Amino acid sequence: MTSTLTEAAPAASGEPAAQPQAPARKRLRLRRGAGDRPGFLVYGLLTAFMLGTAYPLWWSFVVASGTNATRGETLPLIPGGNFLANAATVLDAIPFWKALGNSIIISLVITVSVVVFSTLAGYAFAKLRFRGRDGLMIFVIATMAIPTQLGIIPLFMVMRQLGWTGELGAVIVPTLVTAFGVFFMRQYLVDVIPDELIEAARVDGAGQFRTFLTVAVPAARPAMAILALFTFMTAWTDYLWPLIVLNPGNPTLQTALGQLQSGYYIDYSIVLTGAVMATIPLLVLFIVAGKQLISGIMQGAVKG
Amino acid sequence: MTSTLNRPPAGSAQAPADGPAPRKAAPWRRRMSALDSKASPYLYISPFFVLFGIVGLFPLLYTAVVSMHDWDLLKGQGDFVGIQNFVTILGDRFFWNSIFNTVSIFLLSAIPQIFVALALAAVLDQNLRAKTFWRMSVLLPYVVTPVAVTLIFSSVFNEQSGLVNNILGVFGLDPVAWKHDVFASHIAIASMVNWRWTGYNALILLAAMQAVPRDIYESAAIDGAGPIRRFFSLTIPSIRPTLVFVVITATIGGLQIFTEPKLFDVSSAGGIGGADRQFQTTVLYLWEMAFFRQNLGKASAIAFLLFILIVLIGLLNFFLSQRIASAEQRSNDKRTARALKNYRGGRS
Repeated sequence: MTSTLTEAAPAASGEPAAQPQAPARKRLRLRRGAGDRPGFLVYGLLTAFMLGTAYPLWWSFVVASGTNATRGETLPLIPGGNFLANAATVLDAIPFWKALGNSIIISLVITVSVVVFSTLAGYAFAKLRFRGRDGLMIFVIATMAIPTQLGIIPLFMVMRQLGWTGELGAVIVPTLVTAFGVFFMRQYLVDVIPDELIEAARVDGAGQFRTFLTVAVPAARPAMAILALFTFMTAWTDYLWPLIVLNPGNPTLQTALGQLQSGYYIDYSIVLTGAVMATIPLLVLFIVAGKQLISGIMQGAVKG
Repeated sequence: MTSTLNRPPAGSAQAPADGPAPRKAAPWRRRMSALDSKASPYLYISPFFVLFGIVGLFPLLYTAVVSMHDWDLLKGQGDFVGIQNFVTILGDRFFWNSIFNTVSIFLLSAIPQIFVALALAAVLDQNLRAKTFWRMSVLLPYVVTPVAVTLIFSSVFNEQSGLVNNILGVFGLDPVAWKHDVFASHIAIASMVNWRWTGYNALILLAAMQAVPRDIYESAAIDGAGPIRRFFSLTIPSIRPTLVFVVITATIGGLQIFTEPKLFDVSSAGGIGGADRQFQTTVLYLWEMAFFRQNLGKASAIAFLLFILIVLIGLLNFFLSQRIASAEQRSNDKRTARALKNYRGGRS
């Protein structure tokens, strides 16, 4: 487990795209003799794969902009003009805007909390010396392999006891910290901050917290961004727990979307319109931050 | 796993944490500074441990307590019943059905996914033009949330005029009962998981492939090993730790699959995994037991059993990969020793 992270951590400090360039070019000359660029076959395969994976998404949009009859066509390619009308139906059927707002609030609060607490703890584990450090770190790693989500029943009982069911707090509180976040920040910070820098700050009379703020936080920023991205995604996509603690009147985007799929008669063009509408925010995020997402995954980020 | 921890402490060169404070400070300042050094680390890690203890560890442990009681969703705690809930669940054919479905869907998603991800990573490891574009294109499905994926694929796999059956029709094949047949529904659900995660895992494997030192390939090429040979005897062994990691995370996630079977076919039986529970997974059964049948005691027993299963499979994975790695190390050492001996023998 750790090897992925340790190997990749130094790469994080450089430009993710620029760094592999040079060795890659050299390597290819060696690997394939005369040819230095892969041939059409490789691009053909990739294009086919790309079209194959993108088609279900495009198809959803085509059906979402058509009528339920569009679904009967074999390989529809051209979108129709009904998207806005269908979107209006979705807005009538579920509290879409409220759900969107809830999802944004929940995901943002969780992200800030996870990033702050993970950076603090990760820094302590990486750079400070204290009794019990290694034992506690092993504990953190071990909990990563444990499916804590299976504690949902007592967690539900606690939330009900507190009267929090139906409130956003019930969704937020259980994921305010993650073991993965602590582990991820520790792995990053252990290599990236020279001990001399911390020492220098201490010699200059900075207290521990001041040192953390002025030395660790600036150095941790790239990893914090990646952790933030993944935490946000995980919080945004969660379905089981919000389904349990929230009610249909105050849903997240995911649980609201799930409501579209209920009932005996399903108008799939409406359902797919909802799916497309809910995908747009993340698609925008993907276009803006796709590169960071990729470098994050390649540095060993794990599924949430 | 522990290897990272056993590294020499990064701060070994550092002055002892409670060493003399810089400059000539007043004694109380020195004492404050020492306190700062001593207490700060604990202060920094405590938010994690306190919160994790409350919302992570406690619920998990308390699951065991609930599982040993009659515990109704509405009426609350009942009598202590010992292992009765476990006995009932272990004799419950719906429970075993759910385990079968979970494992079946997991295998149908994990195995093809890893092979395709490996192939994809190998292709992406070439010196491509527009690298970032291709990487983004394989990652695209990852930004579609599982709920949206399920809605899309539920429609794609619809039995009356869904996309897949329409395409099958073009080739003159009979429509498949994707939502009613056991195996077909497992394939449909596995394909959702595959669609979303293959590109993601390919990128993880790609990262590992790029970390393999290139001079190894060089010498192998000089020794006459072709690209296929190099892939299987150099690339695969070099990325094994990452491969194991991908398998373990896929296992932990795959055995807790919920969203896809929950929403795949809601029209029959209200989303408990098909009219005949043909695709009811264990977490879905847990959910049904807790919130449909309102039996929190039995639901906790299910959670506890699933927990044990996942931890056991995780440990098995871990030790298996350790064994393979060490066995390989031994045979490598032997091979090196033999080669060295031959070499020396040849020279003298």
